[in-house]
Amino acid sequence: MRNYNIYKIRHYSAVMIVTILFIILAFIFLVPFISIALSSFKPGRDIIRQGLNLTLEEGQFTLDNWKMLFSGETMYFTWFFNSIGLTFVQVAVSLSICMFVAYGFAMYEFRYKSFFFFLVLLIMMIPFEIIMLPLYKQVISMRMINTWAGIILPFIINASTIFFFKQYFEGLPKSLLDAGRIDGVTEYGIFFRLIVPLSVPAVSAMCISNGMRVWNNFLWPLMVLRDPDKFILPIGLNTLITPYGNNYDLLIAGSCFSIIPILILYIVFQKNFISGMTSGSVKG
Amino acid sequence: MSSRFKSFLYSQDKAPYVFICPFVLLFVIFFVYPIISTVIMSFEEILPGQVEFLGLKNYEKLFSDRSFWIAIRNSVVYMVLTLILLIPIPMVLACILDSKLVIGKGFFRGVFFVPVLTSVVVAGTIFRLMFGELPGSLMNRVLAFFGHEPIKWLFSYGTGYTALLLLAVWRWTGMNIVYFFAGLNNIPTELYEAADIDGAKGLQKFRFITLPLLKPSRTYVITISVFAGLRMFTESYMLWSGNNSPHEIGLTIIGYLYRQGIEQNEMGYASAVGLVLLVLAMILNLSQLKVSGFFKKGDSIE
Repeated sequence: MRNYNIYKIRHYSAVMIVTILFIILAFIFLVPFISIALSSFKPGRDIIRQGLNLTLEEGQFTLDNWKMLFSGETMYFTWFFNSIGLTFVQVAVSLSICMFVAYGFAMYEFRYKSFFFFLVLLIMMIPFEIIMLPLYKQVISMRMINTWAGIILPFIINASTIFFFKQYFEGLPKSLLDAGRIDGVTEYGIFFRLIVPLSVPAVSAMCISNGMRVWNNFLWPLMVLRDPDKFILPIGLNTLITPYGNNYDLLIAGSCFSIIPILILYIVFQKNFISGMTSGSVKG
Repeated sequence: MSSRFKSFLYSQDKAPYVFICPFVLLFVIFFVYPIISTVIMSFEEILPGQVEFLGLKNYEKLFSDRSFWIAIRNSVVYMVLTLILLIPIPMVLACILDSKLVIGKGFFRGVFFVPVLTSVVVAGTIFRLMFGELPGSLMNRVLAFFGHEPIKWLFSYGTGYTALLLLAVWRWTGMNIVYFFAGLNNIPTELYEAADIDGAKGLQKFRFITLPLLKPSRTYVITISVFAGLRMFTESYMLWSGNNSPHEIGLTIIGYLYRQGIEQNEMGYASAVGLVLLVLAMILNLSQLKVSGFFKKGDSIE
């Protein structure tokens, strides 16, 4: 009995120590957020002079940055809603087409199937950055520079999304297809009317991983977009960074605000977020 | 509806080609064509309105360009250091968060994961200002606390890379923790029960059960980290607010490509750079597939 108590005390002190270490670590992880949140209440000129830190001295506190952000006099909310719009359109188009293609690979046997599927894997193997310059030239020659089409079209095909849907469809019972065929549904009717409604869990997982990727996309939109009123949020925020620092008020409040919607989405859909973002990893 | 069209809709032989048709179309326009045109452009000098055939001159220039080698070195160093930091730390954190050693797991999980959701642009801006050169910036205040003079963090290699790596650790730890969680969930609990019966201690269980059985997750994380490390661009672009950093300390492979192609508009030369990178990527892929046993027929992976 005494031994058992010693064991218990040992266990609890270990838990205490580890938990305290984790609290310190968690604080360090939150420092960047705390410092930007505090700085959003400081005048921009103080940020130029001091950078970010964890102090908010008396007399420094101001709501001007936030007032400016919501005043409607800046481009911020144009970029913000562009980002939301582009994310919706790109995810919707890309998921629909990837599902369509994946269905062909999953449910049929056809000549050169393995060759075509090898091409899908090839896309996965070659990082986009390597072909970004010829792609850029291609988009210019198709007169799609400075348009959403130019951002979206080259990235409709996403190899890992096709891969994921293919695996998902292969797990569905093939007898569904035969049942549909006996009832006289066309091959495409089977896909649209039987399979798509069954794919809601797969689609929601892919919405999150693709949505995150598109929302945070930087390099390609930076190359394609030219007009400030077409910018998406990351590109717009990037233009606020000038050596003269005259936009720091908007930059800091704007950066701070841009974290909030994703944070809310994450808190609401926590489980889906994690499973969506790991959907490409090792399967159990 | 004509009967020919109707029979087409019901044809099981034609359907697969219709389904994969959008893929083939987009693949040709946005993948095959650009790659072919890169190959051609890499032998040319492209000036406005005129194109000159150069032969292999672009490639010769490439291998003698110091900046190119600096870029390669920087990207490789970054990749290796992120592997060293971002495999063990998240793995240990995931194991502890999965055990009974911590109270409030859900909270800590959330805290580590939120940086993953933050865009690189925002994260890079925050880190650049935290590592500012003026005495008032956060990191210089930390130094001052330990009695050190303020330093220009982003102006030299060692301290600049510290900032870059802390940014990477901050943004990726949570993601890798989640990958290791998935791996930990796949370890059957019977193994631990059996170990308990044999009287194994916590660390022994970690060493002989957890560590070996996390290998698939580790392989996956290593694979994505190698590519993510080598293709890093935005982090350094944000940290040094642009593609030009003092003594090129922030120049990565992709940064070099961007500079040649977009900033200096030397498409021919940049194409040669792109092709060399393409070959390197394929070599990496093939060796990765070989290591994971892809070519051994009949063997399943892992």
